[in-house]
Amino acid sequence: MDIYQEEILDHYRHPRNSGSVENPDIIQTERNSSCGDELIFSFKLADGKVAEVMFTGEGCAISQAAASMLTEDITGQAITKAKQLTPDDVIDLLGIELGPTRLKCALLPVQAITKALADK
Amino acid sequence: MNNPLSPISLQQDFPFLKSGVHFLDNASTSQRPQVVIDAITDYYTNYNANVHRGIYSWSEQASEAYEATREAVREFIGASSVEEIIFTSGTTHSLNLAARLLGQDLEKDDEIIVSTIEHHSNLVPWQLVAKDRQAKLVFLDTNEDEKIDPQTLRSLITKKTKILSITHTSNVTGYTLPVREVSDIAHEFNIIVVVDAAQGAPHQPINVQDLGADMLAFSGHKLCGPTGVGVLYGQRDLLNRLEPVYGGGSMIDKVTLERSTWAALPAKHEPGTPNIAGVIGLGTAIKYLQNIGLDAIHARVDELYNELWQGIQSAEGVTSFGPKDRAARTSIVSFTVAGVHAHDVASILDESQVAVRAGHHCAQPLLQKWGVPSTTRASLYFYNTSEDITALLNGIKKAQQLLT
Repeated sequence: MDIYQEEILDHYRHPRNSGSVENPDIIQTERNSSCGDELIFSFKLADGKVAEVMFTGEGCAISQAAASMLTEDITGQAITKAKQLTPDDVIDLLGIELGPTRLKCALLPVQAITKALADK
Repeated sequence: MNNPLSPISLQQDFPFLKSGVHFLDNASTSQRPQVVIDAITDYYTNYNANVHRGIYSWSEQASEAYEATREAVREFIGASSVEEIIFTSGTTHSLNLAARLLGQDLEKDDEIIVSTIEHHSNLVPWQLVAKDRQAKLVFLDTNEDEKIDPQTLRSLITKKTKILSITHTSNVTGYTLPVREVSDIAHEFNIIVVVDAAQGAPHQPINVQDLGADMLAFSGHKLCGPTGVGVLYGQRDLLNRLEPVYGGGSMIDKVTLERSTWAALPAKHEPGTPNIAGVIGLGTAIKYLQNIGLDAIHARVDELYNELWQGIQSAEGVTSFGPKDRAARTSIVSFTVAGVHAHDVASILDESQVAVRAGHHCAQPLLQKWGVPSTTRASLYFYNTSEDITALLNGIKKAQQLLT
């Protein structure tokens, strides 16, 4: 199956929540050691929820689209729920099958989000 | 008579290439010809026994095949004796072994020089040994033309410099370093020279005397041999003088509960049951390459590299890295495509059955210098064809159409 579906390309070309939130409560950097990509997530939390989340950093279409989709998904979500994101959640959002190498690209933002919220 | 360098007849030697793959990841690992696969199967099927142990005939046959490879390697790299050939699991193991062996001579504040364009496997082992011996790493940088100027080395040498470890050919750019010039300078100051020939040995005749290498490492799997086998060449006096760093079977002379004495070279540095099938496969691979001829292989790859080089240089939105001097390089090109991440380039190429590497190529410091997290790398071997290069260039265009 072609992994470059229109929706993925759309999120890649026009990433949602691209940038950094003002006065963040958390900043989380996550690196993919196989390609050197780095994503930096910043969060604003309020009332036990993810009030705002944005990201910056370099990445391939898959990691950028995954980050974009996930920030949309978890905005307004309860922290207790958002921190339990799983690999399956991002695969569902992307709607494609990924081999083990490209799966790492998709999981980069999942790891950043779950690490950031782990102690919250 | 078949032209030994006809790519069509050569491709038929390699079962995996029959799948139709455009295999352009040869700097990572090469393909295996049928004769190498057969040699490994023959050992496991017909004379599977340990080496240097049994009195029985199969063990003797295995030992003979194993030691015949040592002689083939000796000749392949121009070593003066089989005592100087140590079998390892690959270049990484060889360079770690070299670092641990030579580390014995290091005192606090001694200096080790490595270049800034090394593969991690010729950097990290020296970081480890420097930390262990409280020695210092000193870096030989490239000039603005991204080449190593031997005179820069001269300016780095101090009374404390003991080791220079340098790659023969860069795994990221295919740039071949002036190894002889730097080793001559190092030897003026009695500095031991270690050469990482992982990328050099598959592509041109290597001679340790001509290079001035006191130690030299290479892998089997990048020159049509099996994975899990490699070589550390060490100058005989050096290997004789240095204590072994791994102990176990085969490497001993006499063992008591308190202490041991060592076997003669090369066994002293080769403990345990080795990768017998791998070594036998390596011997077959070397014979296969020699049958084609290393000079012919170099010429064939260089001819194809002209096409690859020109194709990449003239492709719009594509930037290549490393020395601009085409003559100083061969076989490898690393590039970025504007607006397309290296992983996406590689994924889209994969859809066209083109295999390339995308990432940092185990040379993060070099990519940091270039200011890019990753590049796409295409690397050739003698069985590649113009069609492989066309498929690559078409795939790059496809990636640009899709993602920019």
